[in-house]
Amino acid sequence: MKMIKLKIDGIETEAEDRTTILNIAQKLGIKIPTLCHHPLLEPYGVCRICTVEVRSGKHTRMVTACNYPATNGIEVLTNSPRVQRDRKMIIEWMMSQCGHVKVLENLAAEYGITEPRYGRGDDDCILCGLCVRVCSEIVGANVLGFFNRGATREVSTAFGETSEICIGCGACAYVCPTDCLKMEAETLARFRTLPGSERLCRYSLMGVAEGALCANSFRCWKCEVEQRFHDQLQTHPIFLGRSMKMKEIDVYLNQLNEMRG
Amino acid sequence: MVETTKVDGILKRHNSKRENMIAILLDCQEHYGYLPREILEEISDKMNVPITSVLSIATFFKTFSLKPIGRYPIRVCNGTACNIKGSSQLVEALERELKIRQGQTTPDLQFGLDTVNCIGCCGLAPVITIGQDVYGKAKISSIPKITKRYRATEEKNAESIH
Amino acid sequence: MPRVSIEDLKKIRGNGKSGAKVIKFRTQVLVCAGTGCISGKSFETAKALETEIEKQGLSREAQVVKTGCQGFCAEGPIVIVQPDGIFYRGVRAKDVPQLVEAHLLKGKPFEKLMYTPPGQHQPIPLLKEIPFFAKQKLVVLRNRGAIDPERIDDYIAVEGYKALEKALTQMTPEQIISEIKKSGLRGRGGGGFPAGIKWETCRHAAQHRHVDPVLVCNADEGDPGAFMDRSIIESDPHAVLEGMILGACAIGCKEGFVYIRREYPVARERLSKAIEQARDYGLLGKNILDTGMDFDVEVVQGAGAFVCGESTALMASLEGRVGEPRAKYIHTVEYGYKNRPTNLNNVETWANVPLIIHNGAKWFASIGTGDVAENPWKGSSGTKVFSLVGKVNNTGLIEVPMGITLREIIFDIGGGIPDGHTFKAVQTGGPSGGCLPETHMDMPVDFDSLTEAGSMMGSGGMIVMDDQTCMVEVARYFIAFLTEESCGKCVPCREGLRSSLEILNRIIRGKGTEEDTGRLQEIAEVMQDCCLCALGTSASNPVLSTLRYFKKEYEAHIKKHQCPAGVCKELIEYSIDPEKCDGCHACVRVCSVHAIMGEVKKEHTLDKSMCIKCGACIEACKRDAIRKIPRSYAA
Repeated sequence: MKMIKLKIDGIETEAEDRTTILNIAQKLGIKIPTLCHHPLLEPYGVCRICTVEVRSGKHTRMVTACNYPATNGIEVLTNSPRVQRDRKMIIEWMMSQCGHVKVLENLAAEYGITEPRYGRGDDDCILCGLCVRVCSEIVGANVLGFFNRGATREVSTAFGETSEICIGCGACAYVCPTDCLKMEAETLARFRTLPGSERLCRYSLMGVAEGALCANSFRCWKCEVEQRFHDQLQTHPIFLGRSMKMKEIDVYLNQLNEMRG
Repeated sequence: MVETTKVDGILKRHNSKRENMIAILLDCQEHYGYLPREILEEISDKMNVPITSVLSIATFFKTFSLKPIGRYPIRVCNGTACNIKGSSQLVEALERELKIRQGQTTPDLQFGLDTVNCIGCCGLAPVITIGQDVYGKAKISSIPKITKRYRATEEKNAESIH
Repeated sequence: MPRVSIEDLKKIRGNGKSGAKVIKFRTQVLVCAGTGCISGKSFETAKALETEIEKQGLSREAQVVKTGCQGFCAEGPIVIVQPDGIFYRGVRAKDVPQLVEAHLLKGKPFEKLMYTPPGQHQPIPLLKEIPFFAKQKLVVLRNRGAIDPERIDDYIAVEGYKALEKALTQMTPEQIISEIKKSGLRGRGGGGFPAGIKWETCRHAAQHRHVDPVLVCNADEGDPGAFMDRSIIESDPHAVLEGMILGACAIGCKEGFVYIRREYPVARERLSKAIEQARDYGLLGKNILDTGMDFDVEVVQGAGAFVCGESTALMASLEGRVGEPRAKYIHTVEYGYKNRPTNLNNVETWANVPLIIHNGAKWFASIGTGDVAENPWKGSSGTKVFSLVGKVNNTGLIEVPMGITLREIIFDIGGGIPDGHTFKAVQTGGPSGGCLPETHMDMPVDFDSLTEAGSMMGSGGMIVMDDQTCMVEVARYFIAFLTEESCGKCVPCREGLRSSLEILNRIIRGKGTEEDTGRLQEIAEVMQDCCLCALGTSASNPVLSTLRYFKKEYEAHIKKHQCPAGVCKELIEYSIDPEKCDGCHACVRVCSVHAIMGEVKKEHTLDKSMCIKCGACIEACKRDAIRKIPRSYAA
């Protein structure tokens, strides 16, 4: 693989040709804010908060670090005055729709915004698309999508209804930066209406624990199984790939089922 | 209940290829007058494409409508030339005449009113289209006359059936 | 129809003599059948002509031909009689018997239907002497109004597909690319990127990656006020096809698409017909002209999304996905349609290609400005097709050499501003472009001059504005347009447009504040920096250019709550001028809210509190007695 040389915030470094600026910066411990980015999903480049300044010869460009492929000889400034001005306005713009969302308020504080100039809207979805993308790229259920366009763009299930194909894995809620997803709760409520033999543990549906039935009326937040998964894996199980089986957990679940008869 | 039998023929014509999704939806809208939910679900089912993908496309492009658009869809061109020659006043005149707002359809589903972002007849601005008919250099005063013509056609057709 | 060989093509051309075998009639009556004239019932005119010609026993001498857009839309339906070159305007079916009798039977051109320039008395019979046409230079539109676009033989008879013959039998792909590079041809869709360099990069990417490249013709033409591509396709679809086949030959493409806007049904049909005919003749498909080259084209319709004119959004839409753009850090010539190297060019760009190959790069480079022989960026060669519309006498479609001035276009060709009003601005480049004032009238029209002045060439929309156009409203219109058309994916575009629109909406209502213009400026700059695609990054141009050249109008709205042009409804009121009003009562009849009172033949008065400013009375008044005056803010 071809190696290139570049400068980032004055630091000279090397990387494989076309590595993204974000990846290079992260390796060097340089922090660039992101909202719509997730290491296990394809870069989306829509929140634009990771905008940085790139100089190449006489030209200066503003690009998004998450998906800009670095090339030889570029000079990157991750926090120049121009970058700061741009990021400030992006935060203000997002707050004009989602004015009371924690992750934005934190960013506002970091960038010296005391009162956003375009007001504080009452919405809580920042349209980052992480939920849509995780459900599409990793879970493969395609329960969520983007609908309409422009200022009316929104994230929803098809026709805004509780989905019949949702497996209740909760990956969408897990990746959501603003805690605004309610889909999971509705799906779990639907699972509670299913007859006994069909009440599969959602980790079964995720392919992580074969054939286990739910003994907890889908109150996953109280469930030992859920706790065990998160403690052991330090992430949502869905990210480990659906083909992977956690043998230990299987055994545990079987024991649990036997106990409950 | 909307019958979905026509969908198979349309899908066949486009080889059920994912690339032809827009063409498929256009044909369906042409046949059904709009895109009913059942049709979108049928397409999703038959083509094995997630319903969210089909619905994303159906809600993204302005041509598609999930509600009936009227037998005579009226479109006022809002291109730049038409705009500076008074297209917004034409929209207002039509709203008064049809007693609906832009984006709506008359209760009898005869007329639908909306703007369109340029049909390319700029030399004749301002332009209105009704169905396939194009009216260049449209005037506020001619609105009642034009709509009357379509109403009369429908009445005549209705009479001839009885 | 059987496949044709090169020999057959020569026969159709009559061995090099133009128009020999195909055109057998002594006189041809050309009726414009572009969408504009069709709406003016030109089909009825054509039918009436056929009927009358038959009736007068002239069927063997005079042929009626329905042609593409003649360009002079303001004067439609248009009829031209060749080879005399006489131009008739506004020809309705009912005028036909007189016209046929006078011109075709008696040989005396019919003055009543000739064109007379505004303010003059003598009609000008000859097309080539009419100012609208005189200063134009037809390259791309060479065949407009001269051939039947639905007959491939007509195109062949006027040297059509000769460039293809030459390219396939005498040139290598590299030579074709070199010729296009040397001609300096730059993208006519708005980007102005040198076509030759694009083709070369695409070809190399395809060879390097061992992947079949794809060819695309962008016929989405979303700029409001622009109809160049529509007219080119309606008048001469084969010119576009031939250009594409030449491109395919140069780049190595077997597959091509024309992505055409749904709002152009006539153009789409003509193009589909042309493709069928080309396929029948073996000019498209497998083994073109028996040279072993394979290439075919599919026509795909858009569905109402301006953003699909952007190349990555167009390609997403071609793949059956939502028409959302993606980052262009990796170019589509490398990774485009289905991740294959894709070469996308605009309709007008493709239509230039056959002539460049036929006449040579030097010929093309000799037209226009700059010196492009060594470097296509160093000038603007060739011509440009513009849609000249708005507040100008001669609205229509024109083609002029690059470098002509705005003044020549608007006043010589366009015939100046109608109804005694004065020129204020000309807008070019659509929603990505800007408005230029009177001080720029002697500026040459080319890629770089327009960009420097704060506008851009764009696809060719040229909208003339007069003293009755409000420049703040123009900025607001473009922002509103883009707000509707934005895909909404990225924050700066979606929210930047929303916040700009909010500010502009307040200003036109007289609720602007001192900080607003500064705020608009800052929003524009951040959008230029951060938006994901060109729709967003160039969205600021109308605002920035109007702030630059028409600051006074913004100030009038903000500081004095006035709209100098009399457009912004909340800042004006209607008033009847008692000196001009003769009591004809026409206004009362059309006023839907009964705001006007007065007896017939007596002075009329308008009740401001009831008036909804719908404009119906102004339209109806023949005495110009109703004015828009600044609103009085009496308590």
